[in-house]
Amino acid sequence: MWLGTLPFFAYALLFLFLPSGQVMVGAFRDVQGGFTLDNLTTLFEEPYRTEFRNSIEVSLVTALVGGLLGFLIAYSAIREGSPRFLRSVITTFSAVAANFAGIPLAFAFIATLGTIGVVTQFMTQQLGWNPYDHGFSLFSKTGVELAYLYFQIPLMILVISPAIDGLRREWREAAASLGASSYQFWRHVGVPILMPSLLSAVILLFGNSFAAYATAYGLTGGSIGLVPIRIGYLLSGDVLDNPHLGQALAVGMFVVLAVMMLAYVPLQRRASRWGR
Amino acid sequence: MRRRIAPGAVLWLLVGAAYLLLPLVATSIYSLKSNQTGTCCTLENYGEIIHDPAFWKSIRTSFVLALETIVIGLVLLVPTVYWVNLKLPRLRPVIGFFALIPFVVPPIVLVVGLLDVFRDTPDWFYAEPYGFLVAAYVILAFPYIYFSLDAGFRAIDVHTLTEASQSLGASWRTTLGRVILPNIRGAALAGALLTLAIVMGEYTIASLSTFDTFPVYIQYVNENKGFPASALVLLSFGITWAAMIAIVLAGRGRAQAQVGGAR
Repeated sequence: MWLGTLPFFAYALLFLFLPSGQVMVGAFRDVQGGFTLDNLTTLFEEPYRTEFRNSIEVSLVTALVGGLLGFLIAYSAIREGSPRFLRSVITTFSAVAANFAGIPLAFAFIATLGTIGVVTQFMTQQLGWNPYDHGFSLFSKTGVELAYLYFQIPLMILVISPAIDGLRREWREAAASLGASSYQFWRHVGVPILMPSLLSAVILLFGNSFAAYATAYGLTGGSIGLVPIRIGYLLSGDVLDNPHLGQALAVGMFVVLAVMMLAYVPLQRRASRWGR
Repeated sequence: MRRRIAPGAVLWLLVGAAYLLLPLVATSIYSLKSNQTGTCCTLENYGEIIHDPAFWKSIRTSFVLALETIVIGLVLLVPTVYWVNLKLPRLRPVIGFFALIPFVVPPIVLVVGLLDVFRDTPDWFYAEPYGFLVAAYVILAFPYIYFSLDAGFRAIDVHTLTEASQSLGASWRTTLGRVILPNIRGAALAGALLTLAIVMGEYTIASLSTFDTFPVYIQYVNENKGFPASALVLLSFGITWAAMIAIVLAGRGRAQAQVGGAR
């Protein structure tokens, strides 16, 4: 009976659970192979402490801003009065944009907002205002956030659209016939119903951004203080330091994501109650 | 009564369109600039790419990687999802949970473990993209393929099809190959196309395990040559576009996105 699923589980064991387990165990090893907690306590020292804070901050900002914008755009496309074709156009384009990330995305943003980017030059020449003279840089935390939004917004649109579809027209009409204003409808009906979907979508966005490596690397060449960038640096350089530090950082990421996951699963279940 | 589109909706749709289209427009403008003088308009960036053997080599590598990942992913998952839907529905949440694991173990974490575990394996595996990288990519592709297939299997009546086939004397292999497979072709195709899109864009694992795939080549051109990279970026965008459009045209799978792709 169980034999049919065996190859799959064997594969997952070998290439997913074994490597993950190795990371967990390695994080508690010292250079001689003995047990230690030093690698993990190092995470609370500089520069790792700041890098974790940066990563969490970037993820939080892009999850909230991307979540809000994605919701507004999705709702605008779906709401009554908007032409029907908009929905499929936006869904298809979002699927492309949400999967268009990493190195190509970083380059596209350099071409747009880099020091000689198209928009930067337009602003400098036509408006006489060069953002780089006013503290802006694409190669900073703000820049990384702007680039991440490019895949966060479309992901939000894809994830939240089915929930918006679930907001039945009758509820709106019922509220209106009882004299509720648009604000009152959202305050007492719309937002409470959508809340679990919105929260679980924002958590998904958080994880999406927290785990991102290629986009930030392509944008900054590895000079920005984020946890995945540090892990990449430790893996690729001829770093003679403690080889278990990368594993400890990975465990740190794993813990943050696992906590997010614990919140995500029950919210998802709750959100599906109003579906269909 | 047909209502007019709300002004607020127009505003947000325009903001979204501007944000998503501007970087593409800017990249297109960049791709027409001369690499020497920075002035418009020339096709030399495209010419440079086409005449670079490293370009053809890297894109071929990535394409073969994608095909291999798709084949292994489908071979592993089609029987599993079939079996779970037919005989072991209790296992469904377990496998569904597996599909969420890439959320907790992103590529940057996975690669740390993979490099460590397989460091001492033979060169035909560890030193070959078609060994080591594919092994990792099947894991990355797993949620994409699983969710597509699961939707496909839920849409058909697995029990009736299987019983009908077996009561006519078909073996398990015949049932799976000639009855079930043709019915989930659309779902399998959607999963395959999504996998193609992520493998063609995956940079994290490829670069950290030092394989020369297409995205690694884009980054190399970006660092060393500048403008010609824009032609590659547009090509990369085109590949993702083509995959998603094909899914929509195939009509069965919904275009989707998940975490853990090429970020």
